Amino acid sequence: MIARLLLVATATLALVAPAAAQDFAITNATVATGDGSAPVENATVVVQNGRVVAAGAGLATPAGVEVIDGSGKWVTPGIFSAITTLGLVDVDGVSESNDTSAGRSPFSAALDVAPAINPASQQLLVARADGITRASIAPQPASGIFGGQGAVIDLGADAEPITKARAFQIVALGETGARLGGGGRTGTYAWLDNALHEAQAYAAGRWSGEDAELTRADAAALGPVVSGKQALYVHVERASDIREILQLRRDFPNLDLVLLGVSEGWLVADDIAAAGVPVIADPLDDLPTGFDQIAATQSNIGRMQKAGVKVAIGRMEGGTAEQPRNARQYAGNLVALTRVPGADGLSWGQALATITSIPAAISGFGGQLGTLAPGAIADVVMWDGDPLEVGSVPVAVFIDGVRQPVENHQTRLRERYRDLDESDLPKAYDW
Amino acid sequence: MLGRTLIALGCAMALGACSTMDGGGGEPAASASTPAADAGTPFPSTYERYPGRPTALVGATIYDGRGGRIDNGTVLLRDGQVIEVGSDLATDGYDVVDATGKFVTPGVIDIHSHLGDYPTPSVDAHSDGNEATSPTTPEVWVEHSVWPQDPGFSRALANGGGTSLQILPGSANLMGGRSVTLKNVPARTVQGMKFPGAPYGFKMACGENPKRVYGNRGRMPSTRMGNFAVNRQTWLDAKAYAAGDRKRRDLGNETLAGVLDGDILVHNHCYRADEMALVMDMAKEMGYKVTAFHHAVEAYKIGDLLRENDVCSAIWADWYGFKMESYDGIPENAALLWKSGACVVIHSDDANGIQRLNQEAAKAQAAGQRMGLDVPDADVVGWFTYNAAKAMGIEKMTGSLEPGKMADVVLWNGDPLSVYSRPEKVWVDGALLYDAMDRKRRPVSDFELGQPGEGDVK
Repeated sequence: MIARLLLVATATLALVAPAAAQDFAITNATVATGDGSAPVENATVVVQNGRVVAAGAGLATPAGVEVIDGSGKWVTPGIFSAITTLGLVDVDGVSESNDTSAGRSPFSAALDVAPAINPASQQLLVARADGITRASIAPQPASGIFGGQGAVIDLGADAEPITKARAFQIVALGETGARLGGGGRTGTYAWLDNALHEAQAYAAGRWSGEDAELTRADAAALGPVVSGKQALYVHVERASDIREILQLRRDFPNLDLVLLGVSEGWLVADDIAAAGVPVIADPLDDLPTGFDQIAATQSNIGRMQKAGVKVAIGRMEGGTAEQPRNARQYAGNLVALTRVPGADGLSWGQALATITSIPAAISGFGGQLGTLAPGAIADVVMWDGDPLEVGSVPVAVFIDGVRQPVENHQTRLRERYRDLDESDLPKAYDW
Repeated sequence: MLGRTLIALGCAMALGACSTMDGGGGEPAASASTPAADAGTPFPSTYERYPGRPTALVGATIYDGRGGRIDNGTVLLRDGQVIEVGSDLATDGYDVVDATGKFVTPGVIDIHSHLGDYPTPSVDAHSDGNEATSPTTPEVWVEHSVWPQDPGFSRALANGGGTSLQILPGSANLMGGRSVTLKNVPARTVQGMKFPGAPYGFKMACGENPKRVYGNRGRMPSTRMGNFAVNRQTWLDAKAYAAGDRKRRDLGNETLAGVLDGDILVHNHCYRADEMALVMDMAKEMGYKVTAFHHAVEAYKIGDLLRENDVCSAIWADWYGFKMESYDGIPENAALLWKSGACVVIHSDDANGIQRLNQEAAKAQAAGQRMGLDVPDADVVGWFTYNAAKAMGIEKMTGSLEPGKMADVVLWNGDPLSVYSRPEKVWVDGALLYDAMDRKRRPVSDFELGQPGEGDVK
């Protein structure tokens, strides 16, 4: 916990409001703060110096701030994508443009996504226009079971995307990890155990490169994981694998674990809750995609939440994977589940929290991001309707209190092809 | 991650089928199961409808699938058929379901699915969707690959309201083989699922997949021009076969001749506008018709051409950017096509997406709305019901709520274009095969028996 607090303090330095931050108040809107509570009608959100000053009903608008009429609109914190590859890829299938993994690298844990992130990627621009303001960017494990170090970014239209570099390490267990770790789970667990021991030795100055399996850089990178200074995101699906990873803290008590995937989490929800380990789950994954996901159900998140597990939405199947903008739709589906007998879903407020405050807290920015709490960073989105409904979109996106442009390749194509008239000139002149 | 890899492969496999625009000519014809319709063809359908009770859905908002909407209406189902749709209908002799505040639509139809040929668990042993060993395999029939125990069928029924679907071969090759249209009814055999009287489809693919797959093996095609050359020569050979006495059995040419005869519908996986235009010209040169382009992320650039050629676009709401040829996908694709008067079908190509075709259509509608194109809700419902049926050649039997048609029906617990709504009951040919209120009225595949989560809500 001390480590976590230190990280937050460090991170805060990077969160100083940029000069262009506007002071504004959105009035008469339906406001949801992202903390799990229900939305409040006829409410106001006040932002000054890049921070939320207040949000709620019956607030006075401070003098001298721009007033934005939010009548008929909804206001929420910006959407926080709990795990994604935005900024690492232009076109998934064009390998030259895809930096999500480095399968032939001699390094694994030492890989760092921060320098590879491109804030001008169209995928990122499209996500921004849809109200995603922050994201945890993760590399895909490929050169070994460790994928490397992920970063927290903002999606602002500026040259400085990094909110926090090297925010977490990622490791794959289960069937994915088995494939990368030598062919079976026995290989994966041996690899993981050895790597953590070698990292521990390296940190203690007892490093012998000749006998080590890890490269020096990888051993160094895993030091903060063993000490708990850096979170370890563990991709795991099967109930038995989840139980096993929770036991890992017997040998390495400082590990700051976050579980990814977790299709069978509902079977071991009490264990996860007791361990206090948060989860980033695929919300609607209900197919036995592999033998490690036999019990997959859309009720997984509802059941884990009911057991007291802190759950964010991420890693969504159904559509091309890199469509974090559909997290809102998926959260809405979890609300719909509450009306199906035998199913477990979430309340509207809880569903919004899975894509705002909870992923922010998991990433180490609880209270600062993904919330409209006083003092929070002013990532704020005004929507034309209920943000969890499929038809709703942002009408204004603010990051750090700065209103963001929402044009991108897609919006330009839309305008060019609004009609197909080429009677005067070819479409190429229509721009 | 792993999911992404699998999805990318899935996309690579996607093929398509789609036919014409919603038009007239839908005089309701034969309903329910008539296995005799397939007599004389190999592997004939053995599907027969399950028993159902005469049922009246009363007080619902009804979308008939063909652009009609009735508020506070009644739908009568009996003997596997839709008997009547209207207001203030007598319900004597029917079990009455109070549908006040609920919605009724035709059963959802997915024109592009790989359930059964790429089933879950997604293990290599199950990967039967693409005979990619040759750039043209018109001789394969995908029904020989469909595993009826794929758990995905039940998810499509319970969460998606899916009652009919076309299973396609993959898109690694230019000609992937015959598709099969299924009733979404659990069965021990694929023949027990085959939609009686449905025409066959034929899967073709243009663009990146064929040239990549075969080019990487050092064989033709390795370019888009190679794609066309192989296609055209194959068609020329097929035309020679078709013009002959056809006595010598030749599985590939029999299928191609069926396309040239107009009996088998071409479903062509294609992303780029310029390529679709070339394919339509190739079809004219060779004397066949493309019924639908599948995926067609750039269809909005040629809505006029697609309308003039009477070709449907079977599309996603918002997939884009996962391969070079999908880079110009935009969420307004469906609405712009609608504005052009071209045929729109919303498809899934995905075992997850098939569970939410209604939501995908609603997203596409909303994107249109934002640019000032107001597609009526009743038309949007047609994107995943009647238009799909039309493009699959089964619109005289299903796809809309009209007297005499198959009683393939979904009762939704709210507006199907809202994220907060779910199917409450689903009938196939008048048989109640899913009921959210009755946990036993939910299919469980053989694979799931004795496994954790058996019979769960999923």
